[in-house]
This record gives sequence, C-alpha cells and structure tokens, in this order.
Amino acid sequence: MALVLNEEQTMLRDSARGFIGDNAPVAHLRKLRDDNDATGFSRALWKSFAEMGFSGLLVPDEFGGSGLGCVEAGVVMEEIGRNLMPSPFLATAVLAASALSRGGSAAQKSEHLPKIADGSLLAALAIDEGAKHRPLQTKMQAVRSGNGFRLNGAKAFVVDGHVADLLIIAARSAGSPGERAGLTLFLVDPKTKGIALERTTMVDSHNAARIVFDNVEVNADGVLGELDQGVALLEGILNVGRGAVASEMVGVSEEVFSRTVTYLKERKQFGKLIGEFQALQHRAAHLYTEIEITRAAVLKALQTLDADFDNAATAVAVAKARAGTTATLAVQEGVQMHGGMGMTDQFDIGFFMKRARVCQELFGDSNFHADQLAQLKNY
Amino acid sequence: MSDLDHFRSETRAWLQANCPPEMRRPMQNDEDSYWGGRNAVFTSEPQRIWFERMRDKGWTVPDWPTQYGGGGLDGARAKILREEMAAIGARSPLSSFGIWMLGPALLKYGTEAQKQEYLPKIARGEIRWCQGYSEPNAGSDLASLQTRAVSDGDDFLITGSKIWTSYANYADWIFCLVRTDSTAKKHDGISFILFDMTSPGVSTKPILLISGKSPFCETFFDNVRVPKSHVVGTVNRGWDVAKYLLQHERAMISGMGERGASRPLGQVAADSIGSDEQGRLEDPILRGQIASFEIDEAALACAAERAVDLAKAGQGHPAFSSAMKYYGTELNKRRYEILMSAGGIDALEWDSERSKQGARPRAWLRTKANSIEGGTSEVMLGIVAKRILDLPGA
Repeated sequence: MALVLNEEQTMLRDSARGFIGDNAPVAHLRKLRDDNDATGFSRALWKSFAEMGFSGLLVPDEFGGSGLGCVEAGVVMEEIGRNLMPSPFLATAVLAASALSRGGSAAQKSEHLPKIADGSLLAALAIDEGAKHRPLQTKMQAVRSGNGFRLNGAKAFVVDGHVADLLIIAARSAGSPGERAGLTLFLVDPKTKGIALERTTMVDSHNAARIVFDNVEVNADGVLGELDQGVALLEGILNVGRGAVASEMVGVSEEVFSRTVTYLKERKQFGKLIGEFQALQHRAAHLYTEIEITRAAVLKALQTLDADFDNAATAVAVAKARAGTTATLAVQEGVQMHGGMGMTDQFDIGFFMKRARVCQELFGDSNFHADQLAQLKNY
Repeated sequence: MSDLDHFRSETRAWLQANCPPEMRRPMQNDEDSYWGGRNAVFTSEPQRIWFERMRDKGWTVPDWPTQYGGGGLDGARAKILREEMAAIGARSPLSSFGIWMLGPALLKYGTEAQKQEYLPKIARGEIRWCQGYSEPNAGSDLASLQTRAVSDGDDFLITGSKIWTSYANYADWIFCLVRTDSTAKKHDGISFILFDMTSPGVSTKPILLISGKSPFCETFFDNVRVPKSHVVGTVNRGWDVAKYLLQHERAMISGMGERGASRPLGQVAADSIGSDEQGRLEDPILRGQIASFEIDEAALACAAERAVDLAKAGQGHPAFSSAMKYYGTELNKRRYEILMSAGGIDALEWDSERSKQGARPRAWLRTKANSIEGGTSEVMLGIVAKRILDLPGA
C-alpha cells in the first residue's frame, strides 16, 4: 500500500478542510472560551458533522455509518487539529464507535451505534485515574453485586465527560493494579445514581471531566467485551485514539509551522525580513523535516491499524511519540519566532501551544510511548 | 490473486531458493560489500553466487529498463522486491556508485549511445565508478571548482585536482565535474564528463582519516586527454547534471544507517550492560535514549517510503532528498554515539583481535563524515529553507 492518501481520502480531506476551515476556525474556539460556553462545543456544528457523515465514519454500514477506517478518521482529526475545533468527534465518533464496534454485543451495537452515526448520542471514554496515562494501573473497583457490578473509584481527564450520554469505563473486576488480567470495560449511563461529575476546564479550553463513582450499580449486560479480559479490547481502542490524536497533532504542527513561515516572510527587523537570517532559516528547515517525518510515521500507523490491527502497537507507539515531540517543538518555535506577539492572547499561536500540551498527555506522552517501544522490543 | 500478489509470491519463492543463508546476515564491515569492477574480488563463494544470480535477473538494478541490464520492474514491483529482500535480511548484491549516483543521471541526461555503453556495465558490476566533485578549495561551495578542461580538437585536456574521492584508488572510471568556461558565472561554466582512471596523467593518493582508514583519496589530473563525446548533457550545463546526481547521492547517504543495520540496539546494549529482572536495560537513561532513537529511525524509514510513493504520484519535491540527507546522517551519528556508550570500555579497543581491529570505534568515527560528505547538514538546511520553504535571502 502506498504511503500517501488515495483519491477518496484526498476528497474526504478536502471536504473536511473546507467545512472546518469555514465554520470552525480558531475564532470559533476563542468565542466559546470567551463566552464561558457551558458545553464548550457547538451542537449545531456536530449536527452538520453528522449530516456530512463524519460522526459515522467508523460505524459499520449496517448500523448507519460509512464503515471507513483509521486513515479516514485521521484525515478528519488532522483538520480538527489545524483549526483547533472543539468537537465530540474524537470521544464519540472515534473512541466510542471503535469500542462498540470492536467489543459490543449485538444488542449493544444496535442500541448505540446508529445513534452515534446520526449524531444523537455523545459518549466518553473514562480510563485515566492518576496524573499520567497508565491504563494497566487502573484501580477503580468493579465488585460483583447481585446480577451485576458495583463500581467505586474516580476517573479524570475524561474527554467530553461533562456532556456524554454514555460512559465507557475501565475498571478492575479482578487482579491488582499493574496486572493485565482483571480489567473489564463497562457501559454506564452517566445519570446513574452515585455518579458525581465535575467539568474540568483545561488550559486549552477544550472539554474534560472528573468523575467519581460511589457504589454505582451496573447491570451485567453493561459489560463491554469479555469480563476480566478487557485489556486487549482496551489497548485496541487506545491505539485507535492514539493514532487519531497523533493526526490531530500533525494538523496542529503544520498549521503553526505554516503561520510561522508566513510571519518570517513578513516581519522586518534590522532592515531585513527576519526569514533572511540563517539562524531562523535552519531552525525552520529542521522543523519542516521533523514534521514531514512525523506525518509519514502517523500515516503508517493509521494504515497499519486498518490493515493489521493486532500488530499495530509498534507503529502506533512510534507515531504518538513522534507526534508529541514534533508538536511540542512546532509550538515552541512558533511562539519564539513570533516574538512578543506570540505571547499575546490576541494572537492565535498560543492556542496551538495549549492544545499541543493537552494532546501530549492524551493516551500517553512521548516518554510513555518510548517506554512502550522498549518493552515491545524486549529491552 | 492479483498480478502483484502473484509477483510477490514468485519473488518470495525465488529469493528463498536463491539467496544463500550467508547473504541473509547483517553486514559486519566493508569487506561484506561487493563493489564489482575490473579488479573485483569476491570475499566468499556465497557472495559470488548471490551477486551472479541477482545480476542475471537484472536485479542489481531492478527498476532500470531491461535493455540497459536492469530488471524492468515498475515502481510497485520494485517495492515488493525491496520488501521481500528486507523480510529475509537479504544483502544488497552489489554496492555501486554507478547504481546509486551515475546511473540515474545517465538515464536522465545521457545520449542513447552513452546509455548503451555505460549502463549495462554498471548493472553487471563490470566497471567501478568514483565521483570527482569536491576540490581542496571547493567543498560546500562546490560550484567554485577549478579543475580545468581545455578544448583540443575532439578532446578536452583536463588538469587539476579533486579531494574526498571515495575509493578512487579502486575505481575504474570517474564521473567528474570540470570547468569548461572560466569566463562564465560559476554555475554556468561547468561540464560533467566521464573518463577512464587508467588514462595517462591520472594519479591518486589515499587520505588517512581519524578512523585509521582511507576510504577517500586525493586525485590528480595532469593534462588527461578525454574525448568530448564523454560529456554527459550539454557542455557548460554540467551543473544541472551535478545537482540531479546529488539528489541521488543524498538519498543514498541518508539510507547508510539502514544498510549497515545489524542487531537491534537494545539487544547490543543489553549484551554489554545487562538487564534487570523485568528484562529492562540496566541503564535506564540509555534505555530511553535508545527508544527515542528507534522511534526516530522507524519514522525516518516511513518518510523514505513515503518519499518514493510521493515521487511516483508526482507529488514529490526534488529538494526533499536534502531534508532526508540531513536527518538520516544526524540520526546515524546518534546511532553510533549510542553504540559507543553501550559498549563502554570494550568499544574503545583499536587493534585487538577481540575487537575485530576496532571495528566499532572506527565505524563510529567514520559516521562523523556523514553530515559533511555530499553536502553538509548546514548546506542541506539552507537548501530546504530556500527551495522548499521559499525563505528570502541569498
């Protein structure tokens, strides 16, 4: 398979680029922030996303979606990153759609997937508990109780948790933190008694929540996938999410870079365009190289997820690690090369820096993925 | 089964049957490469068998046209062959500047007679080539070269000297940049010419490097007589050919680390440093450095693959090889810094049998030239800044 977008994927990119660029440029995020918007995103735009088929991109045909793959999801994520659009796309259309179509029972699929495809259901994936992404360290308890389970514990960094109609939660039904066995995924209605939810406003003005579970009753048919053996399903979903966030970071990096190169060609100091200075030329050329290499690694990971899902871990670790370091470099150079203007709130560059920092942490930062790679290669 | 799937299974079977097991092991040193040429010597029987079998299929140059000794494979089939060779660790059957550098330039700029004369001999490994580019006073500023070619009837008389001529002392022929018009602007008076290294007036002198080896020479020309028909492209337009060839040279150098790849770095380090009970390298900081390195290495391999696919789709940028050359060479230097650190004091031995005559430290020192030869990292970054990013200034 060629490591370039095919014709259909290029058309999808152009349509996503046009729509998001027109309807949700950075000014859209800025306005939601300045208005202290209660949901932090636009339901009207999400409806349009559904009408364009984006919300059902990963939903199989028989449930009303288009049954496309991770490459296509990445194409949309990249445009989201380019414009910093706050959207349920990641949590609902990528993570929840993958979780349900990969792990759901027939009943779970037919209940939820059509609603994801038509845009009427928002979902959120609740994994992290500590300051860093450590899925195997999950402590949240799922204890058998009657015909179901009782959940106790706390989740943090739940993207879109404050608006979700459905939560997908990783809990420990057996074993101890650190062990692979004993993890189970549950589908939980956030309105269930015992759930306390707090919207967390983050540095990037995107959405997340902290959720406390106090003796929350879940029916046995709320189990998603296999009891105690949920780790493979969880890692699969996380890898899809990592590929998607890596794509978002490619979009962030490219947009910052493009704005910065434009600035180098406009800003004059010492009677010269600052882009004439070799000190800046070399740094810009280095950053360009890093971005191009990362773009290739991310596309490779997405293609591998589509072609050979169970053997994509290495390619995904490479992509997420690279995307993290590249985006970090891109936003830092972006602010530095814009000088004092880069530090102002009035200028958009700072928004990219904030988003890149959040994307780094989401589903494991570059260090986490370097450690993953070392483990996969046995050293 | 599609045609491509069919080609893949045929290729896999052929490689399985024809690639000797000894040729599926990582290369350890220079002697494991076969360079061809009039005075070539095979260092082992499997090396000879492997070379001859690949040569007879045209697979020393799989994507060259068959009439010039190539395999005539299209892009998709050439990629499949590369993938299948990589899958079994098959060595490249022939190392050759003719294949990596001169051949592509001849295919683009050569006359039909030149293609028929030179390309099949390159494909069959009969003539070993060297590159006459740099001069003592023309390094990064290559276009200021001074080696002179003076017209004399149907010939040129060439006088001057070149430096950093790789393996000039083993080469049969040279592709050389010479000044044919000293009154024109520096880029406009250069011609690209080919001649036999046994011509009267040619001499070479190896240069001893910090690695204790002499892969490069000084090369001297004293009134060397060369027919004008040996010019490739137009007289005084040699810079176009030179630049085109440099793109291929840069692609070659950026892939050097890859070709030399041996055991995974993490395992090499574990051999000397040891691992803890969980199998983690005892030095956690080195472990992190290796993982970061391997992430960048894997990503660079993706970018190299993508560059080929982009070029095929007509979306490539001709200067992208400069970005790859920059990154690949800096990465290869990092590889060897890690290897030296992983080896500790064992990697410092220079002369012993135990250290294979200091193979590792010599290779480490050799890599320091990667970011200089074929255009320094700084020149590469300058090319990216100007030609790809279109930044202002000279």
